[in-house]
Amino acid sequence: MRPAIQFLSAALGLAALTLGLGDRAVAAGGSDPAADAEAFQKYFTGKFPGLKLEDFVNGPYSMNEDMHRQWVEKEEFPPYDFSLDQGKEMFSTPFKNGKGYADCFPNKGIGIRQDYPYFDQKEGKVITLELALNRCREANGEAPLSYVKDDMAALTAYMAFTSRGKPFDIKIPDDPRAFEAYQDGKRYFYTRRGQLNFSCASCHVQNPGERIRAEILAPALGILNAMPIYRSEWGGMGTISRRFVTCNIQTRGVPLDPQSDEYRDLEYYLSYVSNGLPISGPGARP
Amino acid sequence: MTMTDDGVAPTRRLVLQGAVTVALVGLGNVAFSQVPALAAANDKYPEDAFNQKSEADAVKALYGRTHEPSDQVKLDAPEIAENGAVVPIAVTTTLAGVTSISFLVAENPNALAASYRIPPGTMPSVANRLKMAKTSNVIAIVEAGGKLYSATKEVKVTVGGCGG
Amino acid sequence: MASTIRVRATSKDDTTEVQALIQHPMDSGFVKDAKGQIIPPHFIQQVTFEHDGKNVFVADWGTAVSKDPYVKFSFKGGKKGDDLKISWVDNKGASDTTTAKIQ
Repeated sequence: MRPAIQFLSAALGLAALTLGLGDRAVAAGGSDPAADAEAFQKYFTGKFPGLKLEDFVNGPYSMNEDMHRQWVEKEEFPPYDFSLDQGKEMFSTPFKNGKGYADCFPNKGIGIRQDYPYFDQKEGKVITLELALNRCREANGEAPLSYVKDDMAALTAYMAFTSRGKPFDIKIPDDPRAFEAYQDGKRYFYTRRGQLNFSCASCHVQNPGERIRAEILAPALGILNAMPIYRSEWGGMGTISRRFVTCNIQTRGVPLDPQSDEYRDLEYYLSYVSNGLPISGPGARP
Repeated sequence: MTMTDDGVAPTRRLVLQGAVTVALVGLGNVAFSQVPALAAANDKYPEDAFNQKSEADAVKALYGRTHEPSDQVKLDAPEIAENGAVVPIAVTTTLAGVTSISFLVAENPNALAASYRIPPGTMPSVANRLKMAKTSNVIAIVEAGGKLYSATKEVKVTVGGCGG
Repeated sequence: MASTIRVRATSKDDTTEVQALIQHPMDSGFVKDAKGQIIPPHFIQQVTFEHDGKNVFVADWGTAVSKDPYVKFSFKGGKKGDDLKISWVDNKGASDTTTAKIQ
């Protein structure tokens, strides 16, 4: 298989893994998530020695001065302000049965976003914040929300906001199924797919700070920390799954269900390797 | 009376400028043409100016005169807009007696994007977020002492690739 | 019903800086929806900022102002505790107004 694009960056383990070797290399090496995370973070901090670890949560804005200035201006009075207010109101409004979101989450749902997603050992699967929110709604007789934008994004915007500054703290329990979910997520991340034959890594590991057509690519490290985001491109808010779906579409791949196994496992992997980086959501992006 | 930002212009000239402004405001309703010459003189929404296609026609409809570049007008806009839908653009000036500030995007379907009235006591400085259809010159017009000054900057706009 | 207008007005020495963010689609009339129909223009035309009975700033906007529009300006005068009244009107005749306290 001839790789569509070859970019040579610093010859570090992760970069080597992504040069068209696909799952074989992923399966072969790195079976220790903690070592993975360390190598992952070291790769990026090594590539961008001028950045502090927490700068990586700002995506393309830490990669380019012109972009950075535009971001600073937007953050003065961010476009996600309305969604954030709506989320706060939604979160504090009781369901028809009198209960509320606070009843479904630890610590009444405040300051917990950094613990998601988590592996539920009873169910044997990864639970994302959005999935937990809809389950909470359905358990209390409310209709589920769309996973990708609007009300769901408003709720997660508020919950992320209550966790701002807290470091990602994703756990992989001592359970082969949890490890498998993590590995599945990692595999998805490094596998090429779609007409453009890109893996997530093609852009976000091999080319952070570079341009794809005219846009600056964000580094994979910290890429979920600012979620949910108000994207100028969308003219509105979107969740993590919205971005996974649209990215699949843009790379001419097949978009999956927003809370499909693959996406939840991918989120699990990406969040875990960003452990220690602060939650900065909600965020604004191009 | 007419004020400037932090004491740049000599007071005497200030007073004269103020007098000119007051006199012209008084004449504002006597139409020289169909359109008031001074934007600040008229409270009406300048619909005609917003409907013009070209930069030249929009400026003419809004102000009734032409502008000259001035390095006292500082236009702040990105080299490459992160997204054409939301481009942060700001202007500030050291000119005295500013009464109006406008922004035009030459390649937009209608060049005039926004126009701001600066009453006495308000700083001649505005920041806003504009839409740009494509790579274009952005022109900031400052009306000061009855004359028009401008600054121009090209901002590149692209159709996004796969996003960041 | 929450106001569509968010304001931050802060006074330092003799100058008050005002930032406003307004929730509004600012549809230009050039964009088509998923069915291929033009979404009609729907945009704020004028925003007025009033302090002490006088307009301190008036914005005349066209369709090229971004969605959820933002504007920042400063004026002399205005002190902590003063009222600042902001109103907008759009091309459909809708409007909203809010009064904020200068911080």
